Amino acid sequence: MYQILLKEDIVPNIHLFKIAAPNVAQKAQAGQFVVIRIDEKGERIPLTIADWDREEGSVTVVFMEVGTTTHRLAQLRQGDSIANFIGPLGKPTHIEKFGTVVCVAGGFAVATIYPIARALKETGNQVVSIMGARSKDLIFWEDRLRGTSDQLIVTTDDGSYGRKGLVTEPLKELLEAGGIDRVIAIGPSIMMKFSAKTTEPFGVKTIVSLNPIMVDGTGMCGCCRVSVGGATKFVCVDGPDFDGHEVDWDLLLARQRTYLDEEKLSFEQWQRRRAESSG
Amino acid sequence: MAKINLNRESMPRQDPKVRAKNFNEVALGYSAEQAKAEASRCIQCPKHPCVGGCPVDIDIPGFIKAIRDDNMPEAVRILKSKNSLPGICGRVCPQETQCEAECTLDKKGAPIAIGRLERYVADWERANMSSAASSVTPPKPDGYKVAVVGSGPAGLTAAADLAKLGHRVTLFEALHVAGGVLMYGIPEFRLPKEIVRAEVDYVASLGVEIILDTVVGKTTGVDEILNNGYRAVFLGPGAGAPMFLNITGENLNGVYSANEFLTRVNLMKAYRFPEYDTPVRVGKRVGVVGGGNVAMDAARCALRLGAEEVYIVYRRSEVEMPARREEVENAKEEGIQFRLLTNPKQFIGNDQNWVAGMECYEMELGEPDASGRRRPIAIPGSEFILKVDVAIAALGTRPNPIIPSTTEGLMTSRWGTIIADEVSGRTEKPAVWAGGDIVTGSATVISAMGAGKRAAADIDKALRG
Repeated sequence: MYQILLKEDIVPNIHLFKIAAPNVAQKAQAGQFVVIRIDEKGERIPLTIADWDREEGSVTVVFMEVGTTTHRLAQLRQGDSIANFIGPLGKPTHIEKFGTVVCVAGGFAVATIYPIARALKETGNQVVSIMGARSKDLIFWEDRLRGTSDQLIVTTDDGSYGRKGLVTEPLKELLEAGGIDRVIAIGPSIMMKFSAKTTEPFGVKTIVSLNPIMVDGTGMCGCCRVSVGGATKFVCVDGPDFDGHEVDWDLLLARQRTYLDEEKLSFEQWQRRRAESSG
Repeated sequence: MAKINLNRESMPRQDPKVRAKNFNEVALGYSAEQAKAEASRCIQCPKHPCVGGCPVDIDIPGFIKAIRDDNMPEAVRILKSKNSLPGICGRVCPQETQCEAECTLDKKGAPIAIGRLERYVADWERANMSSAASSVTPPKPDGYKVAVVGSGPAGLTAAADLAKLGHRVTLFEALHVAGGVLMYGIPEFRLPKEIVRAEVDYVASLGVEIILDTVVGKTTGVDEILNNGYRAVFLGPGAGAPMFLNITGENLNGVYSANEFLTRVNLMKAYRFPEYDTPVRVGKRVGVVGGGNVAMDAARCALRLGAEEVYIVYRRSEVEMPARREEVENAKEEGIQFRLLTNPKQFIGNDQNWVAGMECYEMELGEPDASGRRRPIAIPGSEFILKVDVAIAALGTRPNPIIPSTTEGLMTSRWGTIIADEVSGRTEKPAVWAGGDIVTGSATVISAMGAGKRAAADIDKALRG
């Protein structure tokens, strides 16, 4: 069992867990993920590692309530435990001194990009970060990301905070101004797709972190396969980072929708069970 | 001398129509009377060639004689002194090509049903003896710390034997339960998970510490293990990476690897969705590509999950099928349809990116190829479309690259398997042994167990000098 040492409700439907997992904490690096399972009946889902504390032996994950598993996860409290916490999985994000790197985070992926921006900064890169959310109440970790960035741009879709619009707009302006050596874009697939489309004409290498459906997370099932540069890759062992200009985005988006019907059914059942047990 | 009895006791099985709708075990096991009758057929020939056909060297005539003599505890003792997983082996070993193929009575067409008797003894022990370890008392550890990686057939066997030899064994498993392919791959109706759990518990009762959720190569590493006081490491991670066909459309939704399909169903219990959270899509018409046991397992799972038409699509003919005869017969009885000499050319999708059909070639057999089987050749112009809404690729597996790619000093072949001595399991890396599918590529449970057993003996020899 893996205990939740700390729970923070960052915004109403985005939560942070700091979980006791000493072995994972020892090895965690920016860009890697864990696979978790809540209990005997739970499914295995991947969550990106947002931070770690090797001395304390803890790993931090941030997740948004989307389906049954993340809703069930959100019900847990500090001191509760989850059955399984496996990692660190996948290859770490490639970090070296590139020059100037733009880190683009969409939605709650600010938690994913934060350790990457930190590692880039520590390696001597100029880091320009862009974080975007739908509206002001979904903005978090602005201070953290500012601390690891030379420049930070915040956007909201509705203009309630920062600059109004999508992350791709300031991204495009930065590219037009020139001097950008690399872009790392992480967030919902559609946001990564359009970030990659934005950088492509400028010929700037753009790394994305893919988030397909997974089961084991160790290369055993092939559920997470994607097409990159025309070749089939397993995100869990070959990624999760790939060259965004080579990813077949439509295939990824389609495969993410594989279980839409089942997800709906599962969630409705869970809500019903929950209503019954509380009523 | 008594007259030789050639009436092999048949195995009672669930009715095909009934079992096609449930996940309960197909083969029901011998009754005491049947077991005794079958055991009494053994002529106890002095050369006992059956033992030579067993990769783990079980004293087969010995345990059979004990059954005949109504001495079941002795049968258990003899069996478990060589085989820590008899309930598993009695169910999934291909005895017909191993011990039973060597049986003196095989020449008369009626070999002793050694596998069924092995299962009978294991089941008797579980039902009648107080604790799993009742039959063997492990010696007090006087040996060394040894790590075993992977809790499938090779790892469980190596761990059990090392513990019996007095070593302090830690077994690392990547998944959330121990058992490897016995848990995620082989379905409940062929190998009940309760049996696997009981035999894993037995291995633990020998003093083996089982650590789950640990991906060697990620959570820890081979060198790290060696630096932490372990004197030897046995690698038995299996050949877990699924192969695909490399044809158009195989990343469409609804196209699964057999590993994924079976893992969802067996390990994650998708057959009880939505009570369990993991879903699986079964569809009405399912095409399974391949002719091995895994293909049969996937097809029969799909049928039990409610598919109306389930096809085995295999590029050669039935004689060349690598699946056990018995499993092919079981599948046919249950209503699986065999499309032999048929091979997919491409998967065709609908506008939702879901697989809607398999365009297939009809095949013919040419000259024998490297495997000794006649090479299948596509007949030009023979293409036709098999309508399916789920397709499962059961084409075998390759070694998982995580351990070879993260461990310095291990030599791998061009197929990605770890190079190790065939007999001892020693690798090029000091203090590291390997065995099972990671060395041989996809093979059988019992051959992996044999490798685990030989490596355990060699590790013991190396450590005690």
